[in-house]
Amino acid sequence: MSAEVIGNHRVNHPDGHDRAESALAHHFENLEQQREAGTLGMWVFLVTEIMFFGGLFMAYIVYRTWYPAAFAEASHHLDVRLGGVNTVVLIVSSLTMALAVYSIQVGARRSTMIYLALTLALGLVFLGIKFIEYKHKFEDGLIPGAGFKFEGPYYADAQMFFTLYFTMTGLHALHMIIGVGILLVLIALVWRGKFSPEYHAPVELSGLYWHFVDIIWMFLFPLLYLVGTHLS
Amino acid sequence: MQEITTPNTHHAPAAHPSVIHKMPRVHYLNANYGWRSWLFTVDHKRIGILYLVSITFYFVLGGIYATLIRLELATPQGDLLKAETYNKFFTQHGIIMVFFFLIPSIPAVLGNFLIPIMIGARDVAFPKLNLASWYIFNLGGFFMLYAVINGGVDTGWTFYTPYSSQFALGNVAPAALGIFIAGFSSILTGLNFIVTIHAMRAPGMTWFRLPLFVWALYATAIIQILGTPVIAITLAAVGLERLLHLGIFDPAYGGDPVLFQHLFWFYSHPAVYIMVLPAMGVVSELVANMTRKRIFGYTFVAFASIAIAVFGFMVWGHHMFVSGQGMYAGMIFSFLSFALSIPSAIKVFNWTATLYKGSISYDTPMLYAFGFVGLFTIGGLTGLFLAAMGLDVHVTDTYFVIAHFHYIMVGGALMAYLGGLHFWWPKLAGRMYPEGWGRLSALIVFVGFNLTFFPQFLLGYAGMPRRYHAYPEEYQVLNVMSSAGASILAVGLAFPIIYLIWSMRYGPVASANPWGAIGLEWTTSSPPPTENFDHSPVVTWEAYGFRPLEESEVVGQMTPDDRPA
Ligand SMILES: [Cu+2]
Repeated sequence: MSAEVIGNHRVNHPDGHDRAESALAHHFENLEQQREAGTLGMWVFLVTEIMFFGGLFMAYIVYRTWYPAAFAEASHHLDVRLGGVNTVVLIVSSLTMALAVYSIQVGARRSTMIYLALTLALGLVFLGIKFIEYKHKFEDGLIPGAGFKFEGPYYADAQMFFTLYFTMTGLHALHMIIGVGILLVLIALVWRGKFSPEYHAPVELSGLYWHFVDIIWMFLFPLLYLVGTHLS
Repeated sequence: MQEITTPNTHHAPAAHPSVIHKMPRVHYLNANYGWRSWLFTVDHKRIGILYLVSITFYFVLGGIYATLIRLELATPQGDLLKAETYNKFFTQHGIIMVFFFLIPSIPAVLGNFLIPIMIGARDVAFPKLNLASWYIFNLGGFFMLYAVINGGVDTGWTFYTPYSSQFALGNVAPAALGIFIAGFSSILTGLNFIVTIHAMRAPGMTWFRLPLFVWALYATAIIQILGTPVIAITLAAVGLERLLHLGIFDPAYGGDPVLFQHLFWFYSHPAVYIMVLPAMGVVSELVANMTRKRIFGYTFVAFASIAIAVFGFMVWGHHMFVSGQGMYAGMIFSFLSFALSIPSAIKVFNWTATLYKGSISYDTPMLYAFGFVGLFTIGGLTGLFLAAMGLDVHVTDTYFVIAHFHYIMVGGALMAYLGGLHFWWPKLAGRMYPEGWGRLSALIVFVGFNLTFFPQFLLGYAGMPRRYHAYPEEYQVLNVMSSAGASILAVGLAFPIIYLIWSMRYGPVASANPWGAIGLEWTTSSPPPTENFDHSPVVTWEAYGFRPLEESEVVGQMTPDDRPA
């Protein structure tokens, strides 16, 4: 910790009254420490998220290794085009999110709003397409359970594929929905001028979360949609 | 700027009758009044007290189940409880004691209260998140209690599939949901501690000046954030299988119930260290401060905590030697389990070495610390029996296993929790507990505990299986001994609940540092002010820098920063 931190700390609450200073919570010494804590906290949270998804990825690895042919067969029932479009949608949304973070760093409030709104729209497009895909699976009788319909020798193991498909993409979609909620809050806060080049940690940290959710999809797409295409 | 409070460590014996201390006029307990000031507090000390209230409730509830279990087992016949009821009771005893008492116990109560003070901060990094984690914990408890009231769960606390996912009669989903939700409170506590310890240390509080309690809770937090999400998603999968037929472990879909065991123990073995590492941290503080010596091999003890946290993730397969995992996997897990006893042994030897030529006090906290070291050693050594593949086959699912993990969890974790609670009680409550009653209870707990659980080693080795409400007659003598011990243990555990509550009003007022201990928490008043320190501390001394007792008595007061490191 630097010397000036020792110098001005804790006599009482900081007396700066501009907007950036008022964002300082009472238990931190200065904005620098607060930003450090927030960033580390978000990274630690993302580590827990990796472990959370990790259990499902583990199950996927085990069953994919045991039933490669059934997984390839079942994977053909997924719509690669819709999945591919969604992949592009998410990559672009990561770009707009990164631009939103950049804009708030340089204090461009209007473009921050635009980029956040674009990210929000792309997130909703993703969820819409995902909903259409789920609907198709439902109509095709590909929901695991008593009503499951699947031609060929892989009836049992294909159910495992779709169990994993719904669990993993469902958990991912849940994270997308939370992300959409976060974006709505951010847009409201930017609208009210809560952030500045000095204080914009919530935008940055939400950006980290958004990129993380996108990266999860970057793993889900090939693992679920592109299994065994070389076989056909 | 050097006008900071220096640790006032003159050796005032606890609650010396001739000295009358005065409480500070305003402290965290009387800063505000009313239930709102508690339920909406963001003060880490008050949140620690909220946790103390919650987990004491669960402890008593889990204890009631334990009592009924031991009552049933006093006779060979299943006369008090039906088999089905007995199954529910041991399940609920396990779920409540593991997930709702032991895992939150030391971190959420003592950790919340002490970590910010020990590192010289005003609060944890995320105070609102800290409060949220208490609410999340209680929400989880609500679903678990709903499962209990709605007819109970009978899967055992391990929720093994396919019994839990397909055959158990009911309430698996709400119980699993309760544990899932409570898990997030554990994750958020761990996250908060990691960030707090990284970002909130006072100027001069370097990593190697941290009290070993802080090191231990940092290591614990690593397990909380890496392990808990895995049990959460695993129990969520069991719930999905019950409710939506998304059966990841369902053999009808080609699923593997053993995969559940792998994922469950990937968390639940490290979870043992979520209970024991904080206990080790408490014992390090007790041994150092009650012998007035720097812990022998400070750096080794600190890194042993980290080693246990990391390598604890590599031994889960020792729970599955008879579950049909591969032979070679079993051998590797067995070898790694033996290896993992090294860092634990390092700690035991270092505590023992610290006693050498120390001025040992025999006050209540130290009695619990002695209890911990002895009982943890027995628990650890019998753990090696279980890590040996051949012997494990003989004692799998017997009372030998029950005795082993109760020596770790009760003899270890609970003893340390009680020791820590007594040691820091003057800081929490501003008043001393009655020392005579404290020592008497510690003694009763020690005797009762050993009488309860030592016979179970013999029962298990003789072949008595766990989880049955009736047993052949030849096991009765040892079972009666065990049940008698349990009633003694119950008395010993009831005393502290009564006299600690009594002392909040009638106990002698505590000085800022009644033990003559070293550590930032003893430099502030008892109880501390809401922001912990009147002046912010600047640390210029090493951890546990004690002077010899005689010297500090002559000088009267000791400032650790004026002695060479
Ligand atoms: Cu284990």
